[in-house]
Amino acid sequence: MPTFEPVLLRRVGKPNSASLETYRADGGYRALEKALRMTPAEVTETVKSAGLRGRGGAGFPTGLKWTFLPKDATTVYLAVNADESEPGTFNNRIIMEGDPHQIIEGIAIACHAIKCGTAYIYLRYEFGRSYRALKQAIEDCYAANLLGKNILGSGKDLDVYLHRGAGAYICGEETGLIESLEGKRAWPRIKPPFPAIEGLFRKPTIVNNIETLACVTHILDRGIEWFKSMGVPPDPANPRDAGSYGPKLYCVSGHVNKPGCYELPMGITARALIDDYAGGVWKGRKAKAVVPGGMSMGFLTEKELDTPLDFNGPGKVGCLGLGTAAVMVVDDQTNMVEVLYNSCRFYSHESCGQCTPCREGTAWMTKILERILDGRGQLRDIDLLLEVANGIGIIPGTTICGLSDGAAWPVKNAINKYRSDFEDWIKSGRKSTLVSLKMGGH
Amino acid sequence: MSFLSEDLRQKIIAELPKYPTKRAVTLPALHHVQDVLRCVPLEAIKEIAEILELHPAEVHDTMSFYGFFRDPEHKLGKNRLQVCRSLSCMLRGGEEVLAELCQKYHLQPGDTTPDGKFTLEFAECLGACEGAPCMLVNDECYLSLTTETASEVIEKLGS
Ligand SMILES: Cc1cc2nc3c(=O)[nH]c(=O)nc-3n(C[C@H](O)[C@H](O)[C@H](O)COP(=O)(O)O)c2cc1C
Ligand code: SF4
Ligand code: FES
Repeated sequence: MPTFEPVLLRRVGKPNSASLETYRADGGYRALEKALRMTPAEVTETVKSAGLRGRGGAGFPTGLKWTFLPKDATTVYLAVNADESEPGTFNNRIIMEGDPHQIIEGIAIACHAIKCGTAYIYLRYEFGRSYRALKQAIEDCYAANLLGKNILGSGKDLDVYLHRGAGAYICGEETGLIESLEGKRAWPRIKPPFPAIEGLFRKPTIVNNIETLACVTHILDRGIEWFKSMGVPPDPANPRDAGSYGPKLYCVSGHVNKPGCYELPMGITARALIDDYAGGVWKGRKAKAVVPGGMSMGFLTEKELDTPLDFNGPGKVGCLGLGTAAVMVVDDQTNMVEVLYNSCRFYSHESCGQCTPCREGTAWMTKILERILDGRGQLRDIDLLLEVANGIGIIPGTTICGLSDGAAWPVKNAINKYRSDFEDWIKSGRKSTLVSLKMGGH
Repeated sequence: MSFLSEDLRQKIIAELPKYPTKRAVTLPALHHVQDVLRCVPLEAIKEIAEILELHPAEVHDTMSFYGFFRDPEHKLGKNRLQVCRSLSCMLRGGEEVLAELCQKYHLQPGDTTPDGKFTLEFAECLGACEGAPCMLVNDECYLSLTTETASEVIEKLGS
């Protein structure tokens, strides 16, 4: 293993890691001072040249997104996406709790670049510790003139507000987030217009993830070369790949010996992550399936574990993408029918309900799997599941947002890669012992 | 006489300067009310609507979208416990923890104890999968639980 110095996790876990004092003593807010001496266009260009791509799931180039704002916009908002609800994902929480100032600093730098005077952090309600850490950090920044009027004597004003969600996954989708912040049901909007043109309160808005904004701080601090010294250049075979640079917070959970959040250069393989960092699969077993980047991304088989976890890797073996780089490991004693049921039930529960294919499709897939798990499945249910999955999502063009693509992908991967689990279960007619099947309530 | 206490009204009003529209205060207002009353009664909806210059139906529409808020028939207990049922927790015994807690306290997911001490629910991924199985107690997450350690957390709750 080459040695690698964590940057995003550098202070996390150390005494008083969340305090402004600790942060400043460690060089904190010098990146903001530097940025404030640059023009907004120069800051944007720096982030663009570093090749930073969004960490929230879609991997969109951050600097490029910032240039989509109308040049003559008078009011621009930054909506910080801290809804982190994709099953398997917890890296935003780790840095919000343990080192919130690197995020506030990134927010302030981004706001300078996009000429924004008000940022809202949309935080999922369940993150009480993150809420308190961020609240304290924001208060301390106001007291130290790092937020508020004329920050650091730059002539720039900036307000940052914390806004707590109310337990709905769909608030992580950027336009669902915007609707929710406006006080409405979190129904994602039809795009275009994209938020950069018409977003929060009908004004041009940039939505960025917590980890993305933390990366912005370190790019300004350490420079473009530092960021590009890690990761994977664009794949010449894929003209749409913009490369995967920088450090990444990989989450590992499920059947491993050492679940946790590991900071590594982009592009580590799933196998190295699991074996060299997460202590290997538990109980001396083998991995049967590995979710590469949050539930929505599908599954890697044991044979596919040498896939690099960069923006381009998982797609090459039929997964939806890198997503949030949250790895969930399923051991070889687990049946994929039960795993898939857990996934389908999640998306059915979290569908916002405004698109019929998504609302009905996710509910039907869950019901079919329930039937199979109750020993009443028929072999033709397998193709029925695939048919439903193939019909829902932005990719087939039947829905407004990507939740349904994320619901469909695990179904397609599970059936295409583990078909015998489904056939054997149906033929045996056995009943699952999963407790939640009996408890009901979804 | 208003239904909401003066303290609650002031808390809601204090949110207004943060946003360019009054409607954006809907979720913060609902949170303030449910924190104290453990549910959101119709009278509260009407008064929130009045403060925010909305129709009560608009506030109700938002409230009902988020399964988080409860009406008076399903009032929360003093503490809200949510056991995660998503994949990483399921793989490490989360379902069993929830089932055993239900059995021990004679509850179904969603129910509140007769003494009103706590409500027990399931949750989807709590964003703490490194500590699966986990349980949220109000807004603090307890990690790497067994039925025993979860019961200890419950016994220590204030009633
Ligand atoms: C159903 C759904 C849920 C999402 N949840 C999140 C989330 O919790 N956090 C997040 O940052 N992005 C989430 N996203 C992605 C956002 O829509 C958006 O792309 C992202 O916040 C942009 O920030 P970034 O460019 O910095 O990654 C979600 C997308 C979808 C379709
Ligand atoms: S795809 Fe599903 S979650 Fe997304 S807007 Fe449509 S119904 Fe809502
Ligand atoms: S699956 Fe339970 S916290 Fe993520």
